[in-house]
Amino acid sequence: MSTNLLLVIVVGVLFAAGVTLLLERSLTRVILGITMLGNGVNVLILLGGAYGGPPIVGVTPEPGMSDPLTQAMILTAIVITLGMTAFLLAMAYRSWLLTGHDDVQDDVEDRRIMERAERDQGLEDQDSPPVTAAGPDNSDQAGQR
Amino acid sequence: MNWLVPLPVVMPLLGAAVTLLLRRHPNLQRTVSLVILAATLAVAVALLALTASGDPLIVAVGGWAAPMGIVLVADQLAALMLVVSAAVTLCVLVYSIGQGMADQDDAVPVAVYHPAYLILTAGVTNAFLAGDLFNLYVGFEILLAASYVLITIGATKSRIRDGTTYVVVSLLSSLIFLTAIGLIYGATGTLNLAQLADRLDALPDGLQLGLQSMLLLAFGIKAAVFPLSAWLPDSYPTAIAPVTAVFAGLLTKVGVYAIIRTQTLLFPDGPADDAILIAALLTMVVGILGAVAQSDIKRLLSFTLVSHIGYMLFGIGLASSAGLSGAIFYVVHHIVIQTTLFLAAGLVERRGGTTALEHLGGLARLAPLLGVLFFLPALNLAGIPPFSGFLGKLGLLQAGVANGGVLAWLLVSGGVITSLLTLYAIGRVWNLAFWRTPRPETVAADGAASVRVLPRLMVGATLALVVLGTGLTVVSGPLFDVTGQAAQELLDREPYIQAVFPEEAP
Repeated sequence: MSTNLLLVIVVGVLFAAGVTLLLERSLTRVILGITMLGNGVNVLILLGGAYGGPPIVGVTPEPGMSDPLTQAMILTAIVITLGMTAFLLAMAYRSWLLTGHDDVQDDVEDRRIMERAERDQGLEDQDSPPVTAAGPDNSDQAGQR
Repeated sequence: MNWLVPLPVVMPLLGAAVTLLLRRHPNLQRTVSLVILAATLAVAVALLALTASGDPLIVAVGGWAAPMGIVLVADQLAALMLVVSAAVTLCVLVYSIGQGMADQDDAVPVAVYHPAYLILTAGVTNAFLAGDLFNLYVGFEILLAASYVLITIGATKSRIRDGTTYVVVSLLSSLIFLTAIGLIYGATGTLNLAQLADRLDALPDGLQLGLQSMLLLAFGIKAAVFPLSAWLPDSYPTAIAPVTAVFAGLLTKVGVYAIIRTQTLLFPDGPADDAILIAALLTMVVGILGAVAQSDIKRLLSFTLVSHIGYMLFGIGLASSAGLSGAIFYVVHHIVIQTTLFLAAGLVERRGGTTALEHLGGLARLAPLLGVLFFLPALNLAGIPPFSGFLGKLGLLQAGVANGGVLAWLLVSGGVITSLLTLYAIGRVWNLAFWRTPRPETVAADGAASVRVLPRLMVGATLALVVLGTGLTVVSGPLFDVTGQAAQELLDREPYIQAVFPEEAP
């Protein structure tokens, strides 16, 4: 089976761009990344099947037919990706309505652990004044608790 | 009796359509959902009885024969998983109906809840019955799509934030799975599991290992295997109690089921077994250390959930009949117990107003029944004899000892330590939330009758699951027979392949 080099390169570029966008903080970019990755996977699936004419008996002789199964799978995958993208867009919009931006936020617990670590740091070198500007902020929150 | 096989998928899907049409009639909607899930449970039990002989039931969807069309396969493992999942989803549905009726509020859009819940069930059952890798993917997508809706229901700020993590991570795992499917199809020209079992053997070892690790990676994210588990404790606890419960009980186990199925059927030589064992050890230990550090019941339970996935992986990694049997038993036990605990945590939240341990206290005196509802499954989870948690762990540890390798012994000791630490974490919850003197704010809130009296349906559903979980101990002998037979079937591979391709080897 021969493979189309151009399509392989397209898959590579789509995957690379998709992964890069996926690592961004903004949800809109993440969505774009997922769309790109999804399209990359679709082209990849297409590469898995035979390449040829339309797979219709009487139109193309049997050995020259393209593989209809990969196309059926891609159709399914496209529909699924479409649904997921719509949902993600709705979520990004909701996030924007609620917070004014669509950045994926830190986990509350993570932030608390980070604060605790910073506070411990501050206790360790308490002889020297706190270096970070976050110092007073921390003690504020400790007081609230 | 083959016509029974598609019913667990078809009925909930139809039910979802009907409940969506009935969105203005909450009572009818509830009735339809209950009837559908009860019928699913009945069909699942029938399937388990029919497959007990060891012959899987096959349905070629649309009448297209196996390699071309899609087959649904109900073997003993699939039937067992169907029974447990149907029972759990039914109980959780009753619980959520109780909660909805008690709250009488519009904060939770019940109209979307029922259709989404039924579609989730359909996705889970489809994943269990899939005899085709692509159909497994579709099953996953169905259940994930429904789970996205359920986890962000109400679309509050915290749910959107945690839902984002969940959705993006799940989508990533789906994309990895789909990539693996594309590569497998390119390499073998088929996606039928039975045919793949034959054709994958012919591939070069390196390629096989690559495909296997991609599948393991995709399922590992879904099953929350360390180091792919960080998303779970961040996203599950913020959803409403019944949703968290059914997610915790079922969704990760679908990932575990997919690992069991593909490991045994597609990659029986097991070059990745050692890697799975190491992942199992880390999942157990890191997960439970996370649980020990938590100060919120729901988060703590989420970490024990991650940790106990390690036990199942342990059995899968051993790849022996006893190991697999123990793993399947543990999956059954854990689905029931983890769901019960999250439902009980929901009741605690209702009674005490929070699940943060520092604000709770004296619940054992204020609500003795709630104490029992939490205490029994908690002991069961920690593996106190004679509960099924103990028996499941014992089965796995025996399989580990029988293996005798260094890694297996490491895992045996890791399993014991995890069990002890689980007991410690659970004991801490018990001490702080149930035993010490009631907090003034809890007592102050106690005047309102709406807080003091827990809704009967919610308590009833939790009680039913507690009874089911405790009942697993009583029937553990027959249950171990079933899981043992299922494990043997999985390792043989022949019954499954023969059932899909009756005449000749493909």
